[in-house]
Amino acid sequence: MPRRRARVRSGLAVLAALVLTAGCNASVDNRAEDTVAADTPAYGDTFIQASIGDIGGLIPSLTSDQSSHEVGGLIYDGLIKLDKDLNMAPAMAESWTYSPDCLDLTFKLRKDVKWHDGHPFTADDVVFTYQTMINPKTPAPFKEGFLLVKDVQAPDQYTVRVRYDKPYARAVETWGTYMLPKHLLESFAAAGTLRESPQNSRPVGTGPYRFQEWKPGEKVVLTANPDFYEGRPYLSRIVYRVIPSQATIFLELKAQGVDYVSTLTGMQYSRQTEYPSFRKAYHKFRYPASDYTFFGFNLKDPRFADRRVREAFAHAINKQELIDGVRLGLAREANGPIRPGTWAYTDQVAHYDYDPAKAKALLEEAGWKDRDGDGVVEDKNGKPFTLTIRTNQGNDERKKIAEIIQQRLKEVGVNADIQLIEWAAFIKEFVKPRRFEVVVLGLGTGTDPDQFVVWHSSQRGPDQMNRTGYANPEVDRLLEAGRSSCVQSERVRYYHRIQEILAEDLPMVFLYFRDALPVVASRIHGVSPAPAGILYNFDEWYVPKMQQRYTSG
Amino acid sequence: MAEPGSRGEIRAFWRTFSRNQLAVGGGAVVLILVTLAVLAPVLAPWDPNRPDTKKILMPPSGSHWLGTDPLGRDVLSRVLYGSRVSLAVGFVSVGIAALIGVLLGAAAGYHGGVVDNLVMRLVDLMLVFPRFFLLLAVLAFLRPSIWTIMTVIGLTGWMGVARLVRAEFLTLREREFVIWSESVGAGALRVIFRHILPNAVAPILVAMTLGIPAAILTEAGLSFLGLGVQPPYATWGNILNDGRDYIEIAWWMTLYPGLAILITVLSYNLVGEGIRDALDPRLRQSRGRAVRVGR
Amino acid sequence: MALFALRRLLLSIPLLIGITFVSYVVISLAPGGPLDFLTPEDPNASPEVKERLIKEFGLDRPVHVQYWEWLKRAVRLDFGRSFLPDGRPVLVKIGERLPVTLFLNLIEMAIIVGFAVPIGVLSATRQYSLYDKITTIFVFVGFATPDFWLALLLMILFGVQLGWLPISGLRSLNWEYLSFWHQQWDFLSHLILPIVVATFGGLAGFSRYMRQSMLEVVRQDYVQTARAKGLSERTVISKHALRNALLPVVTILALALPGLIGGSVIIESIFAIPGMGQLMVQSVFSRDYPVVMGNLVIVATLTLVANLVADITYGLVDPRIRFGGRRAR
Repeated sequence: MPRRRARVRSGLAVLAALVLTAGCNASVDNRAEDTVAADTPAYGDTFIQASIGDIGGLIPSLTSDQSSHEVGGLIYDGLIKLDKDLNMAPAMAESWTYSPDCLDLTFKLRKDVKWHDGHPFTADDVVFTYQTMINPKTPAPFKEGFLLVKDVQAPDQYTVRVRYDKPYARAVETWGTYMLPKHLLESFAAAGTLRESPQNSRPVGTGPYRFQEWKPGEKVVLTANPDFYEGRPYLSRIVYRVIPSQATIFLELKAQGVDYVSTLTGMQYSRQTEYPSFRKAYHKFRYPASDYTFFGFNLKDPRFADRRVREAFAHAINKQELIDGVRLGLAREANGPIRPGTWAYTDQVAHYDYDPAKAKALLEEAGWKDRDGDGVVEDKNGKPFTLTIRTNQGNDERKKIAEIIQQRLKEVGVNADIQLIEWAAFIKEFVKPRRFEVVVLGLGTGTDPDQFVVWHSSQRGPDQMNRTGYANPEVDRLLEAGRSSCVQSERVRYYHRIQEILAEDLPMVFLYFRDALPVVASRIHGVSPAPAGILYNFDEWYVPKMQQRYTSG
Repeated sequence: MAEPGSRGEIRAFWRTFSRNQLAVGGGAVVLILVTLAVLAPVLAPWDPNRPDTKKILMPPSGSHWLGTDPLGRDVLSRVLYGSRVSLAVGFVSVGIAALIGVLLGAAAGYHGGVVDNLVMRLVDLMLVFPRFFLLLAVLAFLRPSIWTIMTVIGLTGWMGVARLVRAEFLTLREREFVIWSESVGAGALRVIFRHILPNAVAPILVAMTLGIPAAILTEAGLSFLGLGVQPPYATWGNILNDGRDYIEIAWWMTLYPGLAILITVLSYNLVGEGIRDALDPRLRQSRGRAVRVGR
Repeated sequence: MALFALRRLLLSIPLLIGITFVSYVVISLAPGGPLDFLTPEDPNASPEVKERLIKEFGLDRPVHVQYWEWLKRAVRLDFGRSFLPDGRPVLVKIGERLPVTLFLNLIEMAIIVGFAVPIGVLSATRQYSLYDKITTIFVFVGFATPDFWLALLLMILFGVQLGWLPISGLRSLNWEYLSFWHQQWDFLSHLILPIVVATFGGLAGFSRYMRQSMLEVVRQDYVQTARAKGLSERTVISKHALRNALLPVVTILALALPGLIGGSVIIESIFAIPGMGQLMVQSVFSRDYPVVMGNLVIVATLTLVANLVADITYGLVDPRIRFGGRRAR
């Protein structure tokens, strides 16, 4: 299944940006159908969303699939959330402060938050959540942020004090995660049986929506929480329909069976949704997403240890062609791992243009020449340069990228073939043990620029994320510094330098950052694209009374 | 009475076969398809694997008779090259299946007893396995390539032939028991090849001819699910898969390869049925004849 | 006969064990394991969790030991819980999917047999006539059409262009709010396209068997005798020939029974029907061993039963072997 990295709902939030990010260019593809007269917010209507996989469970802290996080993000809430510019904003915490040494983080909680069963939300729940997450019996995939905490205390019902051993840049972001109810889960957490608790089938959270029903394999239904501390959301009901095939989801969209799709493909956006009835029924949006696709080298392969070879590859690849061919132009060229438009991004790095002649020259410099006239370059022993481009099955974009790159490599004398491997096998047999030559993969960049786990030399183990095997002591130093500072102006410097070095070292060829292309039914008002996407203000979306389609009150 | 496979027999077979218009038509189409497949490198107007992002999903035109695919490649060329894959998969996997089936069926039928039991249990085992699960699991295990697909389809399709061959052996054994006890020791293999197999050839041939379209359809299905030959190589199934997401704006990606599959499978089926019908009286006569072989 | 049945039943048990063992080994050998999904390649996944899960699932022990553990519980009909994060009992997960698949397949089978028998019989009795030729072509085309192709074409035509029929799922979203009759119609309209696609090909195969069987029966001596006795053609056909011709067909039907549980992967995935086929594919791809095994046991058991029934019927008929030509689903 395609691995998406875009986290659309603020289950994870971002570290305080002291400087507002420059607005990213997000365009609204709109017709002026929504007249002002019918524009008054009204309660009601049902919002239907397609979900490509069934949810893995109703305690998203324990799952890793996107569907359960989307659903969970509405049922549960965290102490902070993302606002439209990707800054941190209060959620269940009304304020927070750092001690000057960046080691103590104190949250002041709102006093009016209630669990869906009426029980009040207090600091005890926060402490409980922390303890549960670090408990070795809890099968939670994402605990790293909590493991760095030294301790958590609740001096009173509405104050939480978190202590860290070392300054941790993403500290506040960690507390945007789902808070769990102590009064319901205490015994299960202690016994390590969270997955069997009733919470996993009838969850109680503090979020804007309450759980109503889950028909496995079919749908999940949520209803608006009238006691939500920011006021009841306008849309009364949300239904996630499980439709396991992208093609079918798209067909359902055309048949107006769903109200929202988180992203279209490039082709769908530009060629398949341009007819009048679609444009009338839906609004299309476009904003830069936070994941990028790359062509990664296995730096242990002696051929790629030579930087000239890597640079040759970079020149052999035509990024614009990839963007045009795979995304139909709906992506931005990537020259580094940080998302354009965010505060840590810089453009002042080495660029490698499409230049096959230069590529051939570089290869020749590195000892690869076509010595026997067969169109393939060989080294001085006559061994031809052949390789296998690997990527996972089921991802149309990566497959097309592989096909285009294969052709371009052929033109500079490198003979590549392609292997699409089923995901589990791919990860287990090739990625983890680093048994690959080159891969086409994607990475999500999250909301904080810290990418320690991807680039630090300590992260090259089989279960870790430094897939290319990259190691550069200066980058290591910068990563560590960036992580442990809580002063943004300092961090900016570190991350700029990291991007420069990465562009020089070329452990991978960064291909592009795709644009997210969401579609929302036109009867829904309040959608306003921003750097954070469109879902950040979901509880403010509404359908004017006269246009409500599924009345349920 | 003539021995099976004699000239008189073959002539009689042809007479019956050629009277069946559908079968003859099918046969002609099969020959055309094979020719096209073999000549594909000569006939294809464009490089089937070369992407061209300026020509994405263009409808059929003068320069691209069947349009282009999502990477700008010529569909006609891909369909032509795809026919080579279908041909290969069809013949080779059926060949493998037939080989295994003949060997196992002969072993079971000839030796009987424990061997027969073992083989039949194996057949049962294979038949009980949900075929798709097996294909899936194996393809997850191995790297899908044209060879693994052919082998896997062959390995999961031999049961019918095995049963057939075994049945022939059993039938003939019953009736030739006397002969057998006389020729025991004197070239069992000879008995098998000279007397038994020729009678079995007819139904095996039919099974194979009908197995080819089945194999082609299976390969198309696997390619459609993305489990087939690796990119960029074209097969009809994976062209269909490539066009699946764009079906309403690129009907040519769906229509032509699907049509190619349809015509190919149809023709093979017609031929196979024709052969079966034409051999039918042969079957009966050969059985009757076998009774008389034991002079 | 009873002895034969008993012997076969007893033989089935080791067969079942063999099947499950081989399957377990095959799926375990497939590279990648369930943990590659529970602890994904996300930067924040924790290694201790993996340790814990490995112990919990027993993945640290050798395959045959794991299999033995599974077998011990399976005999008590305890198929364990799914490895997926929802952790629900395997039987529950299967129980949700099985009725759908069964229902669809039964309808499909009923339609196929209902239409194939008369078509086949008529073809046989009017061999080489125009009718025979036309139905032959029609039926062959059906046999040769890839079902996924047909599915896509029909979806586009009826679902999107004409908007007459729904294209995914089993029920509309507002199903609970519909009146009773509307609900029934809604459910049925969701089934129409998948069933049409599924029956189209099966119809072809079946009517050919019917025709073939009928043709052979009609040439038999006893049919000639019946004719010679002066009985009307209709009686000859329907009373004598048909019954005998139907027997091998019944055998084929019995052999098709296991397919009833299997569920077609392609059709289910195109039409988003939550059935057994989907479950099987998803659990293979996510290495959800308990679900795969549970699924397999049920299918295998039913297959063995069906085979037994088929073989008994076989024994009642002239033992001529028909070879399989059904295309794979």
